[in-house]
Amino acid sequence: MEKRNIDRRTFLEHGGKAAGFAAVAVAGGLWLHEPERHPFRVRDDKPIVRDLRVKDIEQKLVVVRGDDPAQMTAAAIEAFGGMAAFVSKGDFVVVKPNVGWDRRPEQAANTNPAVVAEVVRHCVQAGAGRVLVTDVTCNDATRCFERSGIAAAARDAGAEVQLAQEARFREVNIGGAMLGRQLIYDAYLEADKLINIPIAKHHGLTRVTLGMKNLYGILGGNRSRLHQDIHNSLADLADFLRPTLVIIDAWRVLLRNGPQGGSLADVEERHMLLASTDQVAIDALAGAEFFGLTPEDMPWVGLAEARGLGSADPASLPTEEYTV
Amino acid sequence: MGLSENRYRHLRNARRVSQGFFLALFLFLLLRTSIDALDTPDALPRISAPVDFFLEIDPLVAVTTVLTTHTLYRDLLLALFVIVGTLFLGRFFCGWVCPMGTINHMLAAFKSKRMKGRRRMELNAWRPYQRWKYGILALMLGAALYGSAQIGLLDPIALLTRSMALVLLPGYNTLTHDVYSWSLHAQLGPLDVLLTPVSWLTHNVLIRAERVVFDQTFLILLIFAGILIANRFITRFWCRGLCPLGALLGVMSKTSVLGLEKRAALCTDCNRCALHCQGGDNPKPGDTWHQAECHLCLNCVASCKEAGIDFRFFPQREQSTREVSLSRRAVLASAGAGLLAIPVLRAAADPERPGDPTLVRPPASLPEKEFLSRCIRCGECMNVCPNNALHPTLMQAGVEGVWTPMLMPRIGYCEPTCVLCSQVCPTGAIDEITEAEKAWVPPAGKEKTEHPPLRIGTAFYDTGRCLPYAMAKECIVCEEWCPTTPKSIWFEETEIQTRDGDYLYLKLPHVDPALCVGCGACTYACPVKGAPAIYITAVGETRNPRNRILLEGATRRPAELR
Repeated sequence: MEKRNIDRRTFLEHGGKAAGFAAVAVAGGLWLHEPERHPFRVRDDKPIVRDLRVKDIEQKLVVVRGDDPAQMTAAAIEAFGGMAAFVSKGDFVVVKPNVGWDRRPEQAANTNPAVVAEVVRHCVQAGAGRVLVTDVTCNDATRCFERSGIAAAARDAGAEVQLAQEARFREVNIGGAMLGRQLIYDAYLEADKLINIPIAKHHGLTRVTLGMKNLYGILGGNRSRLHQDIHNSLADLADFLRPTLVIIDAWRVLLRNGPQGGSLADVEERHMLLASTDQVAIDALAGAEFFGLTPEDMPWVGLAEARGLGSADPASLPTEEYTV
Repeated sequence: MGLSENRYRHLRNARRVSQGFFLALFLFLLLRTSIDALDTPDALPRISAPVDFFLEIDPLVAVTTVLTTHTLYRDLLLALFVIVGTLFLGRFFCGWVCPMGTINHMLAAFKSKRMKGRRRMELNAWRPYQRWKYGILALMLGAALYGSAQIGLLDPIALLTRSMALVLLPGYNTLTHDVYSWSLHAQLGPLDVLLTPVSWLTHNVLIRAERVVFDQTFLILLIFAGILIANRFITRFWCRGLCPLGALLGVMSKTSVLGLEKRAALCTDCNRCALHCQGGDNPKPGDTWHQAECHLCLNCVASCKEAGIDFRFFPQREQSTREVSLSRRAVLASAGAGLLAIPVLRAAADPERPGDPTLVRPPASLPEKEFLSRCIRCGECMNVCPNNALHPTLMQAGVEGVWTPMLMPRIGYCEPTCVLCSQVCPTGAIDEITEAEKAWVPPAGKEKTEHPPLRIGTAFYDTGRCLPYAMAKECIVCEEWCPTTPKSIWFEETEIQTRDGDYLYLKLPHVDPALCVGCGACTYACPVKGAPAIYITAVGETRNPRNRILLEGATRRPAELR
């Protein structure tokens, strides 16, 4: 065999290069090594509860009648001692109207824009750091927000209006009986306070859409499935997300062909507004007042009460009535 | 003596500016193809930008639809500017305006070994493949004579609009969506501050739409990519060899009064003109100039150092100039093939009979035969649809109707108050209607619509999949989403026996076909993923009296609204 002479320089250069790359490969492999047998399994699945209620505030029901939705809203807020009772300086407040459908205000499928604007104004005055008006609409979001008048009214009142963006949903475990991991719009995971402002209207399955049903609008994904057990699903949503204040707009009430309506023949002018810190009691009261329903007709109310979220009996709470 | 070399350099720069401007305008209008903000609840969604501008100045769209419909539809009149310009000047459109030409021009400008020196010069000489486009044009015009707008497959503006709107923009859209989504969720500490505004900008300002998907667009991408890649082998191969619009403009340039004057005495054989030629038209003195191939890019005259060539009005033609080099026999054969192909295709898929039941056309689409005489498959209706409901067909409308629009309600439903597709359609394949004429929801302050709705189809239940029917579960999401007033979906309350022998009351949904408009909101919202438990077929569509179930009765619309 022929003897070859390899000089030291070649040996070090070539050998060193090989050794260097090898070291990087080994270190990289070890660093990236995944010992877990189920790499896609969720590791952090602790159920989340977003309790945005203010402690030590008097639980009551407020009923306002009048001939101006904005004044009525102001009166309802005043009945709790003003928005400052709920909103602290710098708070991130989410205002959640019902903006589900491409309908005009008089068709009563979406919350009255004057009510939304007044709530926003009070939040801003109370020193909120950020007031966001958003909803996960059913119809085309641009049309829903613009045609309902809510986008313009909320912007003029000083709110930021956000049409739901697909990128902003986060999958979290809301720990319910029916609803586990759900796509939740990120604002509801980050908000300090939540003002839920539904409109009272008819619904084919639940008979009526009120406050707890309005929380549907925090969900993304295949949310149609909730209808399979709508009552437990609504109780799950209310359990997960406990609003600071609920204001039910009943300036106009959609009595038939809900939740979209369309014909003015289905709309009744009621010129009322309800407000409460108890999201269960206010649903029970509104169902009885506007649709003549008992708590038995609205099983989600009883389910929510059983979970300690509030009272299914409106009479158990002090009720204040105002006319403005 | 004509213009000096220096002047031609300025003109060449002007040509570059023009190309850049029109390409930018094309892209801007493509992105702008969406509604203006609504100022008031009662404002009607409208598009103010002239989003069809390029399709409307396209002479090929104008000429073909004149052949198919015997009228020049509305703003297609704008094509006269290009036609008149071409009759006097030649193919200025190809070199100065066409966004497809500009994209090819830019891609061909990339240097490569294959495209250097002698090789490039030889590739730039006129070659027989440049006749192909006249054959393609003849084929398409033959089909148009029979009443079929097949031109949309290869018209460069329709092809570019479709490729951009249905493939590239959605790709860009997905990219920005993913970056935005990642930046919202990433925990990058201080870096987060930088990332969020950047990705918010890309997602919300540079392109506003939410993520969209289009079915069956792979073939569209493949063809577009092939056209782009061909530039690596032959400069502007598409423009020279295949483009039917280039062919039409080439034929029109026969009367051009502007031409290349060659002065062989001044030529030093440097070949710079041939090296930079875009059209492959032999600008060099001594060679036969092919006027019909010239894009008027002015590269030849701007690179000539000796004034050996010069563009002049009413030029003296020392060399013989062949305007269009065609064999009459080949052209007639192509046109005949195009003409006869249509009845053959219609023997397989007759547009006058109800065909594929899933072929639900956009609202106010003309009857199928008239629709196919106008639809150039540009994809504008699919681009503008706010719900991503319109998609290109593959075989649902037969081979004759490839890439024409259809509703895919699983992906998106037809928005009740929306008529945007009818507003953007450049050729009237979709009749322009108002919300009131669509009549799906009552107008402001009214309890009812003025007349019965314009229908695009009818919903049917698959009770073997429907939750209350098949699985004894509550649902009726379809009823919740049904937008008509009163709702077309109603339910009966029935006692159902469960597996365990219990009885429960369930709401079983039904469709009232006299009210259903076929919007597909029920299909879209149906929680039964996979095949939906309620689906839409085209039966009942207003546009086709042969595709009905019910006697007309109360569903009859005024004659002028069909």
